[in-house]
Amino acid sequence: MDEGKPIFVQIAEQIENDIISGALPEEGQVPSTNEFAAFHRINPATAGKGVNRLVDAGVLYKRRGIGMFVAEGARARLIEGRRERFQDEYLGPLLAEAAKLGIDRQQLITMLEKGKNA
Amino acid sequence: MNAVVEVTGLSKRFKDVVALDDVSLSLHENTIHGLLGRNGAGKTTLMQLLTGQDFPPHGTVRVFGQHPVENAAVLRRICFIKESQKYPENFTAGHVLRSASWFYEGWDQGFADQLVREFRLPLKREIKKLSRGQLSAVGVIVGLAARAPLTFFDEPYLGLDAVARQLFYDRLLEDYAEHPRTVVLSTHLIDEVANLLERVILIDQGRILIDDEAENARRAATTVAGRADAVDAFAAGREVLHRSGLGGLSAVTVRGQLSDQDRAAADAAGLDLSPVSLQDLVVRTTSGTDRKEVA
Repeated sequence: MDEGKPIFVQIAEQIENDIISGALPEEGQVPSTNEFAAFHRINPATAGKGVNRLVDAGVLYKRRGIGMFVAEGARARLIEGRRERFQDEYLGPLLAEAAKLGIDRQQLITMLEKGKNA
Repeated sequence: MNAVVEVTGLSKRFKDVVALDDVSLSLHENTIHGLLGRNGAGKTTLMQLLTGQDFPPHGTVRVFGQHPVENAAVLRRICFIKESQKYPENFTAGHVLRSASWFYEGWDQGFADQLVREFRLPLKREIKKLSRGQLSAVGVIVGLAARAPLTFFDEPYLGLDAVARQLFYDRLLEDYAEHPRTVVLSTHLIDEVANLLERVILIDQGRILIDDEAENARRAATTVAGRADAVDAFAAGREVLHRSGLGGLSAVTVRGQLSDQDRAAADAAGLDLSPVSLQDLVVRTTSGTDRKEVA
């Protein structure tokens, strides 16, 4: 696992990724906290913290006595949130690195075009 | 938080060496604790006092609210698995497991049988003819299958190979999830167990250096790397745990959680920040050489 972020944040992000990719469909049941803990080999309290973060955000909801499910509309909302952060988290570092290496705007655009065809 | 164990002002010395120096701590109910520290730091002494094997010379020890020493009601609920466990002469591994099944109320024979198969423990062989790893497996199986409300594992896996250690971690996590209990894991293999722990207690020269949630301990120090002058400017006024340099570059480990402002400042100065693993934190904070001696 990535050392930079708290483990429970990483667990939450992984579940988000699975919702965005469709691996965890809306209204589908997600694994239990204990299953997450066993799979990732982490303390169940840590896994629970990650899952609760998504419950608080309305991405997952609990059905008493049954388990945890993906909320309706969760995927669209997660994608919306990620798009808003895309500028800060991806474009910012990319532009900074390009500036450090002396890659100008035109060269960047050429690279982007090339990347699209790759 | 309910405390299963409460210790206040606990001290113990062996001749001229201070083994425990005014230790106060509590163990949280149904939580996995890591008890970390170097050889001779006082871990085993502390566990011996918590499991009632000795009277506390100074300070108080309460386990389930009572004195543990010679207190059957308390001791029945404690399982202490230690590296140097001695067994009666001519006992087989099977005898050990059967004795444990009589002693521990929560003993799960089905779970014990499963672990015997998984660890490939020969039940009919005499204890003294077992390999070092098999001997450790006996302790691990007792510690897990006993399901004692308070379980100590003191370096339980001498001689266990990587496969067997992973098996231990996996079964501990699974069984703990189904049957929550208070666990204290004392080990030098910190990287291996870091993610299993909910709380961390770091002890050095008989004193508690860290008693905190594992997540906080993971953020208790940060390594700052980059151009030496920028690193020095950033580290000024902070407690430096470690410093290394290479040409005009330098890396410094500083104690304390960084604020968002600190992070922004480091970013602006072109510095790289990286978290310090629990193992590195332990190494950095306990690598001093002086040993307190009693005059």
